[in-house]
Amino acid sequence: MLRESWINAVLLAALVAVPLWALAAGEPFVITLATKVAIFALAGVGLNLALGLGGLISFGHAAFFGLGGYVAGILAWHEANAMPVTTLPFTIEGTNEMLAIWPVAMLVAGLAAALIGALSLRTSGVYFIMVTLAFAQMLYYFAISWPAYGGEDGLSFYVRNTFPGANTFDPIQFFAICLVLLAGALALSWAIRRSRFGLALMGARQNAQRVVSLGIRPFGIRLTAFVISGMITGLAGALYADLNRFVSPQMLSWHMSGEIMIFVILGGVGRLYGPIAGAGLFILLEHLLGGVSEYWQALLGLLLLVVVLFARGGLIGVLSKEARDG
Amino acid sequence: MSVMLLIEQVLNGLQYGVMLFLMAAGLTLVFGVMGLINLAHGSLYMVGAFACAGVAAATGSFWLGLAASLAAAAAAGALVEVAVIRRLYDRDHLDQVLATFALILVFSEGTRWLFGSFPLYLSVPEVLSGAVTLPGGIEYSLYRLAIIVAGFAVAAGLFWLIGRTRLGVRIRAGESDREMIAALGVDIRKLYTVVFALGAALAGLAGALVGTIQSVQVGMGEPVLILAFVVIVIGGIGSIKGALVGALLVGMTDTLGKVLLPVAFGTVMDASDATAIGSALASMLIYILMAGVLIYRPQGLFGEAH
Amino acid sequence: MNLLKSTAAAMTALALAVPAQAEDVKVGMITTLSGGGAGLGIDVRDGFQLALKLAGTDGVELIVEDDQRKPDVAVQLADKMIQSEQVDVLTGIIWSNLAMAVVPAATAQGKFYLSPNAGPSALAGARCHENYFNVAWQNDNLHEAAGAYANDAGFSNSFIMAPNYPAGQDALAGYKRFYEGDLAGEVYTKLGQSDYASEIAQIRASGADSVFFFLPGGMGIAFMKQYAESGVDIPLVGPAFSFDQGILQAVGAAALGVKNTSQWSKDLDNAANRTFVDAFQEEYGRLPSLYASQGYDTANLLLSAMEKADVADQDAFRAALKEADFASTRGDFAFNTNHHPIQDIYVREVIQEGDVFTNKIVGVALEDRGDAYAAECNM
Repeated sequence: MLRESWINAVLLAALVAVPLWALAAGEPFVITLATKVAIFALAGVGLNLALGLGGLISFGHAAFFGLGGYVAGILAWHEANAMPVTTLPFTIEGTNEMLAIWPVAMLVAGLAAALIGALSLRTSGVYFIMVTLAFAQMLYYFAISWPAYGGEDGLSFYVRNTFPGANTFDPIQFFAICLVLLAGALALSWAIRRSRFGLALMGARQNAQRVVSLGIRPFGIRLTAFVISGMITGLAGALYADLNRFVSPQMLSWHMSGEIMIFVILGGVGRLYGPIAGAGLFILLEHLLGGVSEYWQALLGLLLLVVVLFARGGLIGVLSKEARDG
Repeated sequence: MSVMLLIEQVLNGLQYGVMLFLMAAGLTLVFGVMGLINLAHGSLYMVGAFACAGVAAATGSFWLGLAASLAAAAAAGALVEVAVIRRLYDRDHLDQVLATFALILVFSEGTRWLFGSFPLYLSVPEVLSGAVTLPGGIEYSLYRLAIIVAGFAVAAGLFWLIGRTRLGVRIRAGESDREMIAALGVDIRKLYTVVFALGAALAGLAGALVGTIQSVQVGMGEPVLILAFVVIVIGGIGSIKGALVGALLVGMTDTLGKVLLPVAFGTVMDASDATAIGSALASMLIYILMAGVLIYRPQGLFGEAH
Repeated sequence: MNLLKSTAAAMTALALAVPAQAEDVKVGMITTLSGGGAGLGIDVRDGFQLALKLAGTDGVELIVEDDQRKPDVAVQLADKMIQSEQVDVLTGIIWSNLAMAVVPAATAQGKFYLSPNAGPSALAGARCHENYFNVAWQNDNLHEAAGAYANDAGFSNSFIMAPNYPAGQDALAGYKRFYEGDLAGEVYTKLGQSDYASEIAQIRASGADSVFFFLPGGMGIAFMKQYAESGVDIPLVGPAFSFDQGILQAVGAAALGVKNTSQWSKDLDNAANRTFVDAFQEEYGRLPSLYASQGYDTANLLLSAMEKADVADQDAFRAALKEADFASTRGDFAFNTNHHPIQDIYVREVIQEGDVFTNKIVGVALEDRGDAYAAECNM
């Protein structure tokens, strides 16, 4: 464990140091990439709660990521066009305040997670994987064909939302905002692990019967974990919308679900800092391999294969030379 | 809507369902026997289509191409099983999902490297081209009829193989008890390779048959893969019978949904809105069906409770 | 951080022939080079690079990056090119949804954007921008031309069909803008759909005298093959996207005789086009496509402006672009008030030349067509 915490410290230091270096070297795009890593890591931290702690293999987290993104996009779009989102039953105005957008994004993602989770958790194993995928696909097709917010074209809002006391257009300041939220999610994750709730959740993964015999219903704790997980991923989606100042159904696609899952697995399932390592490595590979060949995705695939087959426990697992049971 | 049109649409749903069955059968077999989720099943479908198009273009014979699709997909399947899949059987589903997701990337870009970025040409053989008039005066594509017949023939063959042959006995034994079958002296590694190659060949056949009337291009396997998963989840994972029923159900729901829903909405709103809303709902319909089935029966229609 | 970087300065051998240029122009090309739809991006890139090569200029520094057809990747690449590479001009995007994500932000930051393919209506109308030039067409144009052709051909009962997404909805609206007859049916298919049996059955039952369809990429290939097999022989009309050089070979004989509308064809008889078609075949060993011609024209537009003005002087450079003083492969070409093309749109027919399927021009559908949104543009 000692060695793993040392690695975690290095990871976090790197995530802070790289953008600072980029700022000094005048490479704003590197800061954008680091921001992307932080946001994807945040989405991964969300998924890791359900997947790593609860053993709930959700192949549909793009649903929450995309919903969070659409909340940010829709609110900002209404603000920009000075049109209320709805006037019935009461007026909801658009907004470009991140502090107002985030709670709404998390609320919407959380409600969706509660609904999807309540239905999906009736199943288990492969069925759970596929049902979560099916719900995400439903939302994806809905977003494509619903014309009000751009359908497949997506929705642009051109100006990044605002945060009191910060200039969000400055890449490094926006990065700092994302980093603080990531740190908050990590702290929450850490606290959950230590809590009675976290122990019950892990217990339900390892031996559901025993948890039941202790008088705890696994369904309830699993659903709670799934909802928290969806909310964190939804927050990440809202940030990603702000990074690009754009949302599209792509954020809801099954490729997105797969990528969020890859961040978690690549870093090491169930490890607190796993998503940071996974997202960092993924973005790095994407950009390094892109320079090697037009067919870089094949190289990426081969590398992923090697990781799965020979590097069990993900990047952190390999570095700390300590296997852990998923 | 006339009865004739409805019958034609039912035939279309049947043909679609039969194709989905060819994909789903391999997927469900591999899951049932080896407990493996194979996201790369769609890539084997693509391999079949490209092999068929490549050989048909080189030799001028569709039938040689069809044979090549079976051979190439089975070979690719066996190769992948020995090189990669074999190491995944005792892993959890998560590792399987990631590894086979990686295989999709390798297969897709590898195919693009070999065949280029443009779709390939593959067309219906002379004897099966054109339309025939069915009893009742319905004009229907001969090739689609042939697909329906071929699909049911393969289904029958598969039921025979599993129910009546020595290989089938081993496969069923492998599904229920792996230690037992190893103790009986069956080479389980070879059995797994054979089952995987069989599933791959079915996917390859589906790819060639469908590629002929659709488009042979990189990435063609992914939408079908998701549908095949929907099928086996509805039918119950591991059950060939479930795959057949699930495939026909999905084929019918999708085909009839997109025809009937706009008409149904058209009775209560104006035509343009009805078309837009009806088609939007139709594209979500099979996922709604799947969610419905699972809420009603979490283990699928023919799956065993666990 | 070199994502698919290929810097094409080069061609110094002909440097003597180059007119003196005030300053180099840095061009960032974001286009689709991997995954589905890569063929279109590759053609645009190749056409663009061919024009630079033929001009023998070393005044253009070209950076090419792959957007993987993902809007978020395109946005990030644009950020990179604007922030880190500090390009003067952006170009290359194939898809409307990616253009909508990238173009407004790029022009707002004072960059020029030359569109070699996508022409979404918002960018032609209310959201038009003085730094945005479309060198291809407004998205509705080819559909409008199809509607006009349907009138000329005497069709009066069309069945129309497109995928259920914004470009599909625009396509049907564009067709209906010019088409004067009745509609036998109007169907939206699922985006990415590959089986059209049920739509074909509806077409058969509809009693239509013509079918207009907009199904780009693999969707169109699948539809035409299945249509040819179905025994339905109602004439098809469509925009050029489904009859492009790259796609036709995959459709084969099923497309023979089908009429399609395009602003370009390889048999257009003008000097610029003859040079382009020959040079493209020699350079890349394949016939050029619509997209290649658009990439080629985009580069030539840029070069024509560079000869007249310095890119650092934005107003002068913009005015030089606006003149469109270059030899287009499609003959006459001018910019409308909203910086979208005014051009002829032709009717082509699919024919077979030896083993190769290609198009020949059979008529003009619309002459000097601008677009329906120019009036909404306050520039």
